Amino acid sequence: MIMSFNVDERGYYGNFGGAFIPEMLYPNVEELRSRYLDIIAEPSFQEEFHALLKDYVGRPTPLFKAERLSTKYNTNIYLKREDLCHTGAHKINNTIGQILVAKRLGKSKIVAETGAGQHGVATATVCALMGMECIVYMGAIDIERQAPNVARMRMLGAQVVPATSGSKTLKDATNEAMRHWINHPVDTHYIIGSVVGPHPYPDMVARFQAVISEEIRFQLQEKEGRDYPDYVIACVGGGSNAAGAFYHFLDEPRTALIAAEAAGLGVNSGHSAATTFLGKPGVLHGSKSLSMQTEDGQVIEPYSISAGLDYPGIGPMHAHLFESGRATFFGVTDEEALVAAVECSQLEGIIPALETAHALAVFERLQAKPNEIVVVNVSGRGDKDLATYQNRLKLND
Amino acid sequence: MTKMNRISALFASATEPILNVYTTAGFPRLEDTMTVLNALQAGGVDIIEVGMPYSDPVADGETIQLSNQAALEQGMSVAHLFEQLKDMRKSITVPVLLMGYINPVLQYGVEAFCAKCAEVGVDGLILPDLPMVEYEASYREIFEKYGLFNIRLITPQTNDERIRHIDSVSKGFIYMVSSASTTGAKTGISSDQELYFERIAAMNLQNPRLIGFGISDHESFVKASKNASGAIIGSAFVKMIAQAKDLSAEIVAFVQLIKGKN
Repeated sequence: MIMSFNVDERGYYGNFGGAFIPEMLYPNVEELRSRYLDIIAEPSFQEEFHALLKDYVGRPTPLFKAERLSTKYNTNIYLKREDLCHTGAHKINNTIGQILVAKRLGKSKIVAETGAGQHGVATATVCALMGMECIVYMGAIDIERQAPNVARMRMLGAQVVPATSGSKTLKDATNEAMRHWINHPVDTHYIIGSVVGPHPYPDMVARFQAVISEEIRFQLQEKEGRDYPDYVIACVGGGSNAAGAFYHFLDEPRTALIAAEAAGLGVNSGHSAATTFLGKPGVLHGSKSLSMQTEDGQVIEPYSISAGLDYPGIGPMHAHLFESGRATFFGVTDEEALVAAVECSQLEGIIPALETAHALAVFERLQAKPNEIVVVNVSGRGDKDLATYQNRLKLND
Repeated sequence: MTKMNRISALFASATEPILNVYTTAGFPRLEDTMTVLNALQAGGVDIIEVGMPYSDPVADGETIQLSNQAALEQGMSVAHLFEQLKDMRKSITVPVLLMGYINPVLQYGVEAFCAKCAEVGVDGLILPDLPMVEYEASYREIFEKYGLFNIRLITPQTNDERIRHIDSVSKGFIYMVSSASTTGAKTGISSDQELYFERIAAMNLQNPRLIGFGISDHESFVKASKNASGAIIGSAFVKMIAQAKDLSAEIVAFVQLIKGKN
């Protein structure tokens, strides 16, 4: 039997996935499940989606040969510049796709969750573009520590609602967005920001992010004369940028898939978000996957310096890639990420997002050969993290 | 030989509207669980639904969320709940349901969990995020082996075909969610909701129905019971016990007030 890394007809990736949702959400999720593939396949959808990616998002994003990093690590390192997307991260690939789906489902309002605020900004942006009402739930603690993105969302016309339940961070914002959807099932579409949630969300989001690896293929063909790298590296919180960067290489045995998880203060420090190291199979936010939890099955609040990786689970696709051994997972600490952020900034003139910095921190461990090709997905830019960089790197002293 | 499940026996013999009250285990204080159960029964409740606290209860509104969080902070767990309920059947004769989310059940082990339920005398389970397709594929056999009824929800958005299917899979009763909402989000019963109750009543389902969400007092209990076998109260009860000074006496009074028996 050939192992598949894509979703099956039951909504599973191997042992992970499914749609573990209360009956109140069943009609919405079922409507989406039964229609998303047909909607995405419509020529008018494809035309509108690709036109917006090109003229609004600014795609294709460059694949940049990072010469000085390549020299330092004695290999060939390419940076996939998702940080150059409109709004500053890959998140908008998904929100463009989902709002076009929402329009075709006849929805007039959008609800979303956000952690660092990048997905919230990307959602508020497409809602402004399409003239749709936008409500974004954000943990009360995240609202405090990501003030610039809160201001951006409000400037774009979105209503930002603090999630005050539980630990007041991303997982609670996700709970609140789901509750909002339960309370407004008819006119509202929920734009989930990662490859998490009940089927079909993980697959739908992966398909919209797959444009990243589609472009890597033809860009490598142009630059290197072959359409696959030896390694693709991406950071994984929920895992949407990794899903997009891996997507067209899932069945390419010559490409190793490398996922960087946030190990916080150290995998075993008690302050970490490295789900594949610390998680167990369980159900969180509507799908069966790996999640960090107590023996009693209560979700553990994770920790990472990066708000975008500060999530106690990973998408079911990644749980399957981990369990099957198809992808290799590295835990990267806050300190290692900070060092990598400085390195990329000073060798290449590119200030990466803290999330991306985790992916940039694994070159040493990779030991890639001089003739090999390494592609790193630069999922976002570091502007939003300047306060953290200033503080941790003492840039103003 | 299996004895008749207490839920079936209740519905077969009930002459008045059935009142099911939800309470969060380990709340208001960790060791209050059995005190609450005994007082509910003394007040005249017909079914007791014991909520297993969970860190991320997405189908629940603020009141029940906060009670879950408080219970967890006090040290509540599934294992501890079974410990609290181990002698339950020495005093409790009414049907008892456990309500909760699937993840803690998975971590306990589905079969071990069901065996423990049967051992302490639990009659049925309400697991809102256990979807029907998963239940039928992987859980039904185990639930039935231990004589546990799986109580399933329907909402105003559930279409007739799915209601028929849920009815065919259900045992005991069907939990009719009165409106598209989380628990405790709305109170009272509107005329639209009454139309929905009448529509479902006219479907002649094989299972009886209890109506939940938005039931908080005698008036809404009576209204809901007109088109169903009874109703379920959760948030209003949890809100009351959160502030109760004399827990047992206030629970008895609450139940009698709802049933109109004071």
